[in-house]
Amino acid sequence: MNGAKARRRYGLTGLSLLIALIHVLPFYILITTAFKAEDDLSSKWIMPGYLYLDNFANAWREANLARAFLNNVTVTVLSVLFIVVIGSIAAYPLARRQTKWNKLVYLVFVSALIVPPLTILVPLYKFMVNIGGMNRYWGIILLHITFNLPMTIFLYTGFIGTIPRDLDEAAMIDGTGRFGLFYRILLPLLKPITATVVILTGVGVWNDYQFSVFFLQRPELRTVTVALSSFFGTYTSHIGWVAAGSFVAALPMTVVYLFLQRYFITGLSSGAVKG
Amino acid sequence: MSGTVKRLVRGGVLLNLLYVPAMALFAVFIFWPFLKGIQISFTNWDGYNQNFQWIGTDNYSRMFGDPDIKTVVKNTFIYGVGSTLFQNVVGLLYALFLNTRIRTRGLVRTVIYLPVIISSLIMGYIWYFFFQYEGGAINDLLQLFQDQPANLLGDPKANVWIIMFVNTFQYLGIAMVLFLAGLQTIPREYYEAATIDGAGPLARFRRVTWPLLAPSFTVSVVLNLIGGLKLFDVITAMTNSGPGYASASLSTLMYLLYFGREDAGYAATIGILMFVIISVVSLFALILLRRREVPA
Repeated sequence: MNGAKARRRYGLTGLSLLIALIHVLPFYILITTAFKAEDDLSSKWIMPGYLYLDNFANAWREANLARAFLNNVTVTVLSVLFIVVIGSIAAYPLARRQTKWNKLVYLVFVSALIVPPLTILVPLYKFMVNIGGMNRYWGIILLHITFNLPMTIFLYTGFIGTIPRDLDEAAMIDGTGRFGLFYRILLPLLKPITATVVILTGVGVWNDYQFSVFFLQRPELRTVTVALSSFFGTYTSHIGWVAAGSFVAALPMTVVYLFLQRYFITGLSSGAVKG
Repeated sequence: MSGTVKRLVRGGVLLNLLYVPAMALFAVFIFWPFLKGIQISFTNWDGYNQNFQWIGTDNYSRMFGDPDIKTVVKNTFIYGVGSTLFQNVVGLLYALFLNTRIRTRGLVRTVIYLPVIISSLIMGYIWYFFFQYEGGAINDLLQLFQDQPANLLGDPKANVWIIMFVNTFQYLGIAMVLFLAGLQTIPREYYEAATIDGAGPLARFRRVTWPLLAPSFTVSVVLNLIGGLKLFDVITAMTNSGPGYASASLSTLMYLLYFGREDAGYAATIGILMFVIISVVSLFALILLRRREVPA
């Protein structure tokens, strides 16, 4: 490699590291704030030169984060499970029986992708009060399932469309019924798209704030984001506690992301570009 | 099984039963509330009382004369269109930069994409530590040059743009990843052929990269538009729509009217305005951008 080329290469690497540095800054400030003692008035840019964990203890206790995490896990696992089951079985006839009626049904499902469900907040809230779904796991779970179905049906229908029909016919000749066909032949083939759906909807449900804050108001039912926001409202002056709470709240998803990032990133792009 | 049922199964009509659960959920939690919402928008319901009056189109005429609505619609467009613009421009630049054999590309991509998987409420809090008045990271830097800290989040001229920036920063990674995926589908030979024809780097971008990236561009723009136009979490975290409604979006205004002001009928009307704006803008963008995609 000649000199000019090497210099150019070092320059580009340097530039890339500078970009990465800029994007890490918010997390750096989060860490300095979360680990700094309350009476330490030094700038947020400065790392504390000592180990101080009281912010974490206070945030964990005051925001009741242990309970909040448990609520988050319950709501996310159940929602994603039903999203995958209801979404995948709905996509099967939509992909394989393309009658005029089914095309219309598909269009109705997918058109909901464009309109955020937040627009129907007022009537939805009233409706949830009427059916007793407020402050109930099942209430928020049913909402998460419904609002994630358009994306899920879109992804599954597209994916099933790429699986050759010969496979269906071969299985039918072997005497497998159409419903059995779905479970025994197609379901195993759907693993990659299921991984995408689990990641996309799982991240969305886990991080949700704009619905959970309305439908899970009782303290013992709050998910992590809802617990944090009510905590923030009460302890705005204890900024270190808020930082520690935010840090802990963001940690699980960050760890999962760092280990499975290839699936996160390719999942998103494969899912979206195909549309 | 009787003959008719057997024929139906073979014809596959029964297969349609598989989407009945999804349809039922849709009907109950989307269509029904949607219709109810239209109904509520013609009342003066306060959100709690069983008694309310039909007031015709009063909420709608109130909306069109409301000076707050003008600000809030403007903010909503800054959040939606502004973020989309910056996310796509910077996302494309990052994608072009990382689509080389640079050694650090994996690391850089991981870091840029990280905020996408974090709750936007939490990202809002993190940026609050930057922009807060007392002891904020930005003010620490500003005070090296001036005596007084700047009230960045309390200034209606600044906070809307700060919120737009925070949303842009968080979801930049989506645009970048979509463009990176798009770039990888462009055959290398196209660039070689263009080079042989004497095209420089700029011409290669304009004639090869730009048109062939169109599908990624469509998805990225529409996703970011919808995300920005309904912005809620970041605003709640950073300014709580204040001062007054100065940094509110339609989403947060609707929430404040319903829960803060017990003005449910009017809030439902804002919801319908939001529905119309988002569906019209994103459909318009979708149709416009699809038209410029090169047929494969």
